[in-house]
Amino acid sequence: MNQNRDYGRWIDRRQSRGFSARSLHMDWPLLLGLILLSSVGLIVLYSSGGQDMNLIWRQCIRLGLAFGVMFVIAQIPPHHIERWAPWIFGAGVLMLIGVLTVGTVGKGAQRWLDLGFFRFQPSEIMKLAVPMMIAWYLAENTLPPSRRAMFITALIIAVPVGLIIKQPDLGTSLLIGMSGIFALLLAGISWRLVGGLSLLGAACAPLLWFFGMHDYQRQRVLTFLNPESDPLGSGYHIIQSKIAIGSGGLYGKGWLNGTQSQLEFLPERSTDFIYAVFAEEFGFFGILVLLTIYLYIIARGLYIAALAQDTFTRLLAGSLTLTFFVYLVVNIGMVSGMLPVVGLPLPLVSYGGTSMVTLMAAFGMLMSIQTHRKLNTSG
Amino acid sequence: MYSRIAIKDQIREGQLFTSRAITALAVIILILLAIIARMVFLQVIGHEHYTTLSQNNRVSIQPVAPTRGLILDRNGVVLAQNLPTYTLEIIAEQVKDMDQTITELTQIINISDDDIARFNKQVKNKRRFQPIPLRLQLSEEEVARLAVNRHRLPGIEIAARLTRDYPQANLAVHSVGYVSRINEKELSQIDPSNYAATNHIGKQGIEKAYEQQLHGIVGFQKVETNALGRTLRVLERTPPVPGQNITLTLDADLQRTAKQALKGSTGAVVAIDPNNGEILVMASTGDYDPNLFINGIDHKNYNALRTSNAKPLFNRALQGQYPPGSTIKPFVGLAGLEGGTITTKSSVFCRGWHTIKGDERKYRDWKKEGHGHTDLKKSITESCDVFYYDLAQTMGIDRIHEFLSPFGFGQKTGIDIAGEANGILPSTEWKRRVRGKPWYLGETLIAGIGQGYTLTTPLQLAKATAILANRGHTIQPHLLKQITLPNSEYLQYQPDTASTIIELNKTSNWEEVIKGMENVIYGAHGTARHLNRRQPYRIAGKTGTAQVFGIKQDEEYVEEDIGKHLRDHALFVSFAPSDKPQIAVAVIVENGGHGGSVAAPIAGAVIDQYLGGRQ
Repeated sequence: MNQNRDYGRWIDRRQSRGFSARSLHMDWPLLLGLILLSSVGLIVLYSSGGQDMNLIWRQCIRLGLAFGVMFVIAQIPPHHIERWAPWIFGAGVLMLIGVLTVGTVGKGAQRWLDLGFFRFQPSEIMKLAVPMMIAWYLAENTLPPSRRAMFITALIIAVPVGLIIKQPDLGTSLLIGMSGIFALLLAGISWRLVGGLSLLGAACAPLLWFFGMHDYQRQRVLTFLNPESDPLGSGYHIIQSKIAIGSGGLYGKGWLNGTQSQLEFLPERSTDFIYAVFAEEFGFFGILVLLTIYLYIIARGLYIAALAQDTFTRLLAGSLTLTFFVYLVVNIGMVSGMLPVVGLPLPLVSYGGTSMVTLMAAFGMLMSIQTHRKLNTSG
Repeated sequence: MYSRIAIKDQIREGQLFTSRAITALAVIILILLAIIARMVFLQVIGHEHYTTLSQNNRVSIQPVAPTRGLILDRNGVVLAQNLPTYTLEIIAEQVKDMDQTITELTQIINISDDDIARFNKQVKNKRRFQPIPLRLQLSEEEVARLAVNRHRLPGIEIAARLTRDYPQANLAVHSVGYVSRINEKELSQIDPSNYAATNHIGKQGIEKAYEQQLHGIVGFQKVETNALGRTLRVLERTPPVPGQNITLTLDADLQRTAKQALKGSTGAVVAIDPNNGEILVMASTGDYDPNLFINGIDHKNYNALRTSNAKPLFNRALQGQYPPGSTIKPFVGLAGLEGGTITTKSSVFCRGWHTIKGDERKYRDWKKEGHGHTDLKKSITESCDVFYYDLAQTMGIDRIHEFLSPFGFGQKTGIDIAGEANGILPSTEWKRRVRGKPWYLGETLIAGIGQGYTLTTPLQLAKATAILANRGHTIQPHLLKQITLPNSEYLQYQPDTASTIIELNKTSNWEEVIKGMENVIYGAHGTARHLNRRQPYRIAGKTGTAQVFGIKQDEEYVEEDIGKHLRDHALFVSFAPSDKPQIAVAVIVENGGHGGSVAAPIAGAVIDQYLGGRQ
């Protein structure tokens, strides 16, 4: 590994000396999208939570915290982020090992690390640390990556993913695995290789089924294939959620008027299944608006990535944006019965969740990349 | 470094990335189109179908709680059952004026401020169409009065459900335990779907230890509800699997006898069947009515229980730790025989006290004038202290520890309910580890008569006595006899550890010690000789009087001068019939005075009833 690596130096991309959009290191188009999305989230939450203002306040506090984290991270120039990447990754892996040895068990899985004054999930850090580490590693190699580089990247992905699967937390390990794969794809590995690996993956699926999955995970897949088989458990979720979405129709039943959600047929309606509440009350056109907001945010993220000035920032911005998209697809796919139940929230809309802070931290990095300019030192 | 960067073509990499990013965006849009297609399928094509499902056929799935298993004593006496109780519930949205309704209800039946406060709290958290309980456990009369007035009060409902009931109330509360409402902590440890309809969970004793078996498996029913969420009819039903009935080893009658005998004093009785470790009696004074706990005990009652001097929540049989006093002598004597320190012929001259060389302190015998020439048998019969001072001094504490350990002193017995205390069987290693101090010879002497650091629970004493009665076959004391499976077969109790045998070099040593213990009852000078009522079986026993209060060298212990709480604990361990033991009993009476006069009659009553009933 290159010991005297040049991380370059990034400065403010300020156009003028006066106060401008960039003085706060905010990317205003992106910020607009995020604010719009979280506002929509609060409106649905008010309905799904039974018009409980306390719930709204708690969500506002969380959002405030998350936007605060985003703002702070946006102030950090990208060369610092790059320099810290391996350290954050290393610390994250150590903490994951810590979780497995001394972690706190909650709801049957060992995910929390208790530091006495507060508890947190190291797997959340890995959602950022894995893309950072891969971008850091690939940035000093030529692209498209060599076989050796690809192998090492695979290792960087496999170690944290393996540790998180052990907790067990399928949703998070899936996200982290995907973020790494996205970084590789964006780095330009050949499509033939992608095709070959996909086939290999498909061939390995039966192995995963028999040896790699917990009973409850297998149960979820079976339930997905036949929801009626488990009408009290996750099958019930899916049946009710499909009724909620379908009965919404083109225009929806109107805000606060969704019978499925208001009469409590729909479980987890403020958290994982909030999309169904939205679909029931705002209908198909509401969904189109919601998906447009998401597409806008994702397109802006990819635009920032494409404009980024070096390989590290490009790969980081790109893979973080695509990971955000995975949240969306997994959640909507689950709620609308296209994918098995994997407990991931609808990003920035679902109530609560530590993942909100992580997501906003990622957007903070995107903003930092967009609002700093690299001084060209060596190329 | 430069060579690396020279190869790295930033512009080409940038172009490659941009092309990949565009591809990604295209794939994203494709996936979003797929999602939109799915939405069209659900919301446009399937709209009518799902609207029908959502409007006309509001099918909801309701969990149905399984019936909790019964708890029975060994003879089939019911210790815990389920009785229907009636609850007054109110559906908020059907009530025009809530305050008015509640005021009217208070005129019909008794409703406390606590009830109203709890109700108001729930009104805020629950949906307006859900019934919320206002008063629990209505009497038949109250139900009748409400039924008459019901037409005037829309929105009130009387719901019947099964509630746990303990017909024997206090009798075996420390063993059976009780159920109470599920709390936050328990909620995170149970399977939420299996407990979806269950409000209560075992909190103590057997109810807690065998929660899984007692609870059963939840059932569910598909019901059709109207637009307000009220059930119209049941469409489909998967019945719950009721909890399994549990038969305990306890004998309720015998338990009652033991409690009766303990009445007026403070203490505990444990009786075990030495053949299999079944606990026949586990009685502790200071008990309470478990029925109070089922729906949440109120503060007044709970504080009364908590602060009572009798410590009713404390199970002395399991959690109480007492010095065993002279009841340990048969075990120490056996250790001496087995280790070759003494023989059955060895004799010590007891002049009423014992001294260690170089120490002025007198280690007194309970009998001031001494027992004279004393051998092992006499030392047990008359409970001579000097004999054991001498024996312990020769053996040393560690050899005593080593021999007594397999009898279970100083260790949890592994009984199948929680909360057991450890007890202490001291050794030099123990004192260094726990107290951080070296062991002194004087401490060995008093350990030889079961004083000093040594502590046992009544259960441990009963277990050790049972092992002695068994001539070395160890047992695991337990409360579960069998579980009745759904197919009406029985699942018998299986101990965690297989029975082992304490092997002696000379098996006749067992008989030597047991002969001494028989003499305690049948000898002319036996310390429990009034137990000899010419029963058709022979009892072997040993009295004990454990000091609570240290007396100074030159003072005398005068019972009347000392406050009751500082008086000696009275103990008695025994088993019968001595040749083919069927029951082993340990009794402790706190501050009771002499073991022979206070504790022995209690054990006698239990043994006589148990064996008398059989022969």
